[in-house]
Amino acid sequence: MPNALAVAGLLFQYRANMKNNQSIIDSAISQEYEYGFTTDIDQEKIPPGLNEDVIKIISSKKQEPEWLLDWRLKAYKQWLKMDEPDWSKLNYDDIDFQAISYYAAPKQKEKLKSLDEVDPELLETYNKLGIPLEEQKLLSNVAVDAVFDSVSVTTTFKEELEKHGVIFCSFSEAVQKHPDIIKKYLGSVVPTTDNYFAALNSAVFSDGSFVYIPKNVRCPMELSTYFRINAAKTGQFERTLIVAEEGSHVSYLEGCTAPMRDENQLHAAVVELVAHKNAEIKYSTVQNWYPGNPKTGKGGIYNFVTKRGTCLGDNSKISWTQVETGSALTWKYPSCILKGNNSIGEFYSVALSNNFQQADTGTKMIHLGKNTKSTIISKGISAGKGQNTYRGGVKIMKNADNARNFSQCDSILIGENCGAHTFPYIDVRNPSAQMEHEASTSKIGEDQLFYCNQRGISTEDAVSLIVNGFCKDVFNELPMEFAVEAQKLMEVSLEGAVG
Amino acid sequence: MLIIKNIHASVDGKEILKGINLSIKPGELHAIMGRNGSGKSTLANIITGRDNFLVTKGSITYNGNNLLEMSIEDRALAGIFMSFQYPVSIPGVNNAYFLRAALNAKLKHQGKSEINASDFMRLIREKVKLVNLDESYLSRAVNDGFSGGEKKRNEILQMLTLEPELSILDETDSGLDIDALKTIAEGVNNFRTETRSFLAITHYQRLLEYMHPDYIHVLIDGKIVKSGDISLANQLEEKGYSWLEK
Ligand SMILES: Nc1ncnc2c1ncn2[C@@H]1O[C@H](COP(=O)(O)OP(=O)(O)O)[C@@H](O)[C@H]1O
Ligand SMILES: [Mg+2]
Repeated sequence: MPNALAVAGLLFQYRANMKNNQSIIDSAISQEYEYGFTTDIDQEKIPPGLNEDVIKIISSKKQEPEWLLDWRLKAYKQWLKMDEPDWSKLNYDDIDFQAISYYAAPKQKEKLKSLDEVDPELLETYNKLGIPLEEQKLLSNVAVDAVFDSVSVTTTFKEELEKHGVIFCSFSEAVQKHPDIIKKYLGSVVPTTDNYFAALNSAVFSDGSFVYIPKNVRCPMELSTYFRINAAKTGQFERTLIVAEEGSHVSYLEGCTAPMRDENQLHAAVVELVAHKNAEIKYSTVQNWYPGNPKTGKGGIYNFVTKRGTCLGDNSKISWTQVETGSALTWKYPSCILKGNNSIGEFYSVALSNNFQQADTGTKMIHLGKNTKSTIISKGISAGKGQNTYRGGVKIMKNADNARNFSQCDSILIGENCGAHTFPYIDVRNPSAQMEHEASTSKIGEDQLFYCNQRGISTEDAVSLIVNGFCKDVFNELPMEFAVEAQKLMEVSLEGAVG
Repeated sequence: MLIIKNIHASVDGKEILKGINLSIKPGELHAIMGRNGSGKSTLANIITGRDNFLVTKGSITYNGNNLLEMSIEDRALAGIFMSFQYPVSIPGVNNAYFLRAALNAKLKHQGKSEINASDFMRLIREKVKLVNLDESYLSRAVNDGFSGGEKKRNEILQMLTLEPELSILDETDSGLDIDALKTIAEGVNNFRTETRSFLAITHYQRLLEYMHPDYIHVLIDGKIVKSGDISLANQLEEKGYSWLEK
């Protein structure tokens, strides 16, 4: 997939031809952001500021039912009473929530039925992103729900999915067409009061994606969403809900990019996953939001995301894979609540902090059911002045007999001015629990680069070789379509040959 | 092919090489002997282009080109190989994959097409036998958790695969038991041709018994104080280095 390439583009395409290793590293880590264009589209935007009226406008624009407006307003009132969290290692100036516009949408005359009706400017944007929607219909087996700023624009492959009873649509559409499901599950995994940013999202979310997989259905294709922030001084607050009924299976991928702007833009999403008995959800993210100016640190996305899944039924499984290379700030802890007996939670993460980027990311695994199992593999890469923090919690509750957790947190440092930090929190309340934790910090050293150079391997290739090797365990978890490209990129074809 | 003229080199302002002259022709095996700290590895690092050494005087040409102006990888691609005294490990990077990347860099430099994974595996399985290393080491991370001897075998495996013109063996013998030493010496001997040259650095005489150098040079305090044939090594074995010191 192009998006996997995009990530790689940021990470691995160094085009320097210099003698000196340090200058190659410097240039490698000051790579320009490729997706920094803006698109000239007629925007419909609410003026900056947040109050009850703004929420009412959002709700009415979306012709929402009364209960949803009430839900939003309740969340808003709770948010007003909450404080912005300050426990992370992230350093940033206070966010002025009144300076942000909470709704921006490309102007459209009416609902779109096919790609042909989409604004050509928009399609051009997607082409620039490397997601030719038109071609995708023919070439690939990936259904795409594209969210542009706050509104879901178009969904491909809808009919094919409908045949299997799979619902994959924008959140707004789901509110209109499937209100019962939304009402039942909205906020059931991430309650409005969960945290400051989740409360804010609940009050002002404008769109997002909705997926419903009926009983015993294996979703016939990868589902994929691309999020793009375009409008200036706009917050993006999307909401994703995936419900997998008993015995069903789905793999979902989201990709994100944003234009270059001098001011920071806020992104505060909420993702809720529900897996019933014997169901499996695989959720993969390739996050490549604009990281800010590489030299000054100006601009970039503030990414405050709450992602959580509940393994509600026995033998269910939720797996998070994330490749986080963008954003100025990343605050994100995709988590699993393992309620069902024998349920499984997994978290595979690669997080890169380059130049002035800061990432504070990790996971929470909460074991409630018996024989529950969780796996955490976290790979942090710090370069430039980047600061990378792993923060992970594993909780084994009283009734979770024979729970098992394996955690591995590795960090790699490129250069002298970056940092890596690891905060594992472990809370075990059942003596039968088996816990394993491994951690390492390594550095791409001058001696390693010299060794590679002495074998005729250029520094840029050496860095990508070392970083790829480091991330291998996580890249292997990406879904097939994306893994194929990722593999090409990592040139790991030989790895398989050797076994 | 390699002509070193009056090389002076320093690190952190301290002069380590104090006027080295050395000329190596195709097919020759030169040995450099000297105590710890005499500057042997520094000389190897200067030839291969390690950044942290400063050449203050002198010149090195390689096949007529000014070597000191070439980057580390250009020197490597031009056919200079060093078996490291202390090979670094590269965790996470598959050993065979690494070696294939190196071979492909060379093939690409020569304008040839890259070797695919299965051809490479066929090639490498042959080479591995020559250094008596188990095939399982190919799928491990580069030098990661290798013993001293295994690292040295791995270095020689790389040499045999990359087929350099000039191989610098920096204390490849140290830390090896006698069987391993024989294996490696044999590997090097079979690899010798009329065009391939070697610079073997050691402070033991025993490697040279197996390798038959054409010339032996004694390095003391950054200078070559004496050159000769194999009989010089025997003299050093008997009398040590002190008779050569002023
Ligand atoms: N990177 C370095 N920084 C400071 N001193 C060094 C460095 N490398 C070598 N030296 C010094 O240079 C001298 C020669 O070292 P070296 O060439 O490694 O000797 P040999 O290989 O003959 O044992 C020693 O005194 C050593 O301490
Ligand atoms: Mg030495």
